[in-house]
Amino acid sequence: MMNAFEQPQTILVLGGRSEIAHAIVTELASPALTTVVLAHRGGDVVTIDGLPDGVTVHCVAFDAIDHHTHEEFVAKVVAEHGDLDVVVQAFGQLGGDDVNTDPVAASELVEVNVVGAVSSGLAVAARLRAQGHGVLVVLSSVAGVRTRPSNFVYGATKAGQDAFATGLGHALVGSGARVMTVRPGFVRSAMTEGMDEAPFACDPSDVAEAVASGLRRRKSVVWAPGMLRGVFTVLRVLPGFLWRKLDR
Amino acid sequence: MESEQRVLTGWGRTAPTVATVVRATADELSSDEGLSTIVGDRGAIARGLGRSYGDPAQNGGGAVIELMPGSEPIRLDAAAGIAHVDAGVSLDVLLREIVPQGWFVPVTPGTRFVTVGGAVASDIHGKGHHADGSFGAHVVRMGMLFADGTRRSITAGTDPDLWWATIGGMGLTGVITDVSFRVIPVETRHFVVETRRVPHFDELVEAMETSDRNYRYSVAWIDLVATGKHLGRSVLSMGNHATVDDLREMKPGLAERPLDFDPRSFPDVPPGFPNVLPRPAVRAFNELWYRKTPKQHHGIESITQFFHPLDMVGQWTRLYGSHGFLQYQFVVPFDAVDTMRTIVARIADEGHASFLAVLKRFGAESGGLLSFPKPGWTLTLDLPAGVGGLDSLLTELDTLVLGVGGRHYLAKDSFATPEVVRAGYPRLEEWKAIRYGIDPHGVWASDQARRLQLI
Repeated sequence: MMNAFEQPQTILVLGGRSEIAHAIVTELASPALTTVVLAHRGGDVVTIDGLPDGVTVHCVAFDAIDHHTHEEFVAKVVAEHGDLDVVVQAFGQLGGDDVNTDPVAASELVEVNVVGAVSSGLAVAARLRAQGHGVLVVLSSVAGVRTRPSNFVYGATKAGQDAFATGLGHALVGSGARVMTVRPGFVRSAMTEGMDEAPFACDPSDVAEAVASGLRRRKSVVWAPGMLRGVFTVLRVLPGFLWRKLDR
Repeated sequence: MESEQRVLTGWGRTAPTVATVVRATADELSSDEGLSTIVGDRGAIARGLGRSYGDPAQNGGGAVIELMPGSEPIRLDAAAGIAHVDAGVSLDVLLREIVPQGWFVPVTPGTRFVTVGGAVASDIHGKGHHADGSFGAHVVRMGMLFADGTRRSITAGTDPDLWWATIGGMGLTGVITDVSFRVIPVETRHFVVETRRVPHFDELVEAMETSDRNYRYSVAWIDLVATGKHLGRSVLSMGNHATVDDLREMKPGLAERPLDFDPRSFPDVPPGFPNVLPRPAVRAFNELWYRKTPKQHHGIESITQFFHPLDMVGQWTRLYGSHGFLQYQFVVPFDAVDTMRTIVARIADEGHASFLAVLKRFGAESGGLLSFPKPGWTLTLDLPAGVGGLDSLLTELDTLVLGVGGRHYLAKDSFATPEVVRAGYPRLEEWKAIRYGIDPHGVWASDQARRLQLI
């Protein structure tokens, strides 16, 4: 259960190796926090440094593309750890060089980033609805706000995930469960290592701060950094030839 | 029985959850189509007027029972001095009924808008605790609805374990359906009140220690903004029930109809009000509150003026804005008065302006296993929930409080952890065992019970 400061006791991370998710857990850690469940393929032991003494981290196996296991997975986590206060949907892939041309590679990316997000998101939502509280934090991306020629398949998957998340959030109004969609820009992490930094690049800790403050203020959408919201208000309506020029 | 899905919070308006709210009478709940039809795997909890500050009367995903009064909600046995009252009746309604007949409740908190059932479940206290103890000390019989849907009366003699697990038990042993308790005879609805300004914490402690024995009711409003030589400056208010002779002498106009009690209702603060209690405003308020009080004043006050000043502003918590607020109340033993001074200084230094902080001396424990009051000093403060850094201050205060054998009040709590409650309530395991005996399938459940691992 959340306390009066909206500090969670239990956090479940889908995509337990995500650097951004680790930063979010660290940011949300308080004396109230007791349980963190990191779920990822294989479920091997992953550690998060600097958590308070009272926090126990459990690592469990979870595969985003095993759709038929998602309901059972959520039920098992709840049976072992009780109510879920915050669930972070953090898994996702960028795709390889061929993802914009190879139909198989592209569909595999869709399988993880969209189908996995929808299926695990629905499984989590059903549980949050049943307990009458809890937040699903969905790590979307500004890449889905307007897709760029250089990574339009990835962008399309993020657009799908984002549309699912915001729609689910509307559907859950009145149930006590909530969705907070997070739209980071370029984040310096293992996933983006070696890539050229985009403008307004930030660190996982910046995303985590935006998430924590968004949770406290019960927001449905947060951007990281926050000014990207204004930037994309303009970019969304930019004429196509200018948009293509920017993508270099 | 009517039911609807509703978002619920406590009086502090924090940590909302959604539950199925069921309105039913005790008879309906104990019928064949009663309790068992509304309890799913998330259980049920009774809710009165929602004046607990945190989440004890919430049950996310489960059932929340609003108990409707029966056909004869208040019966006064004047010969025995005992009132038989349905649990859903508020002290407001009760006082309007019994004060004109010359009776008063044995304990009233800072608001009349609590139910009798909630008064027992939280084992509430008031300005009279040093003299009269908590509400549970005056109860002689309770009607209860149990997890299996049956109902019966209990007393301290017939069911001692269950009795002391229920008084202060936060509704987790069953639904309290009706309560019989001693009421006190009064000649008037007024109080002879002594009010004085006290310039410093140490002087306050001394003043309360020496004068509490002369007054049935006493409390100090403490300015937690003041520091240095003004640390803990306070307005000390002490009173006794006024007799008709007192009124004749001091306010003859009131002596004509000394028991007329019909307080006005006041308008609510509208919803969506922005936070108008930022630091400078609180600072100014505290300064004004202190300055407007005469150095020493002797006068007559009404029930509302003396006990329930905040009831004059409906929904006043909206003044804290959308984040809501929390109330922090703890008690430390008498011999830990230095710790109390340290805490007052810590809060003042930190500059988290709290207003309406209250200091009081407690008397004896009631015997409830989870009852809050015990001999010592108790401090209550309001803090806005939207302010950063408060959580670490409160965690630091928790350590100080528990270090001297103190504890926190569950009816105010919205921040404690299972460890803090375990440390403060040494009889928690005993209580859990009794609870398990009466409710082995975990029918009674609340958000607070989950958060604090009470169940």
